[in-house]
Amino acid sequence: MPFAFELILSALVLAGAVLTLIGSLGLVKLPDFYMRLHGPTKATTLGGGAILLVSVLYFSQKSGDISLHEILITLFLFITAPVGAHLMAKAALHLKTKKVKRTGDYRGE
Amino acid sequence: MLEISLKIALLLVSIALIMSFFRLYAGPSAPDRILALDTLYVNTIGLLVIAGILLDSALFFEAALLIAVMGFVGTVALSKYLLRGDIME
Repeated sequence: MPFAFELILSALVLAGAVLTLIGSLGLVKLPDFYMRLHGPTKATTLGGGAILLVSVLYFSQKSGDISLHEILITLFLFITAPVGAHLMAKAALHLKTKKVKRTGDYRGE
Repeated sequence: MLEISLKIALLLVSIALIMSFFRLYAGPSAPDRILALDTLYVNTIGLLVIAGILLDSALFFEAALLIAVMGFVGTVALSKYLLRGDIME
């Protein structure tokens, strides 16, 4: 494997892992549910995408052919993450989950 | 070099998994626990893919794909249950 390619793969996999960690850190640290929703649904999804991109590049380089079945997971993850986030936010609004004062409400309460 | 960074990434994703387990345990409300489960499955996909590269095996992708599909279905079903009190209407 050429050195430059290995360097790119290492940087991408570390970036993906750090983004995943940041998403989970947001899940633990942020004060209320509506803020916590941001970390996992954006940062973690992007991190997963970066890690899957590494997998595509690595197995394409290894077999000398374009390896596409990881794209399936990436696509599925990127399509379903906003849908899941939307449903969770709706459930939290329905249950009137507690929020801190600076979490605003677009209906102007 | 790739092997070392893969191992570091494995460690970081494992720490992320432990953090989402904490939220699953502590989470004050039910949506928090659903969100923790959602994070847990996305992290698991990352972990499985990194393990697949590290062990040089393509077997892990089927597991990762299955977890992606089932995790989404689980998130939707749990949120629907909280929203409506019923999953299929």
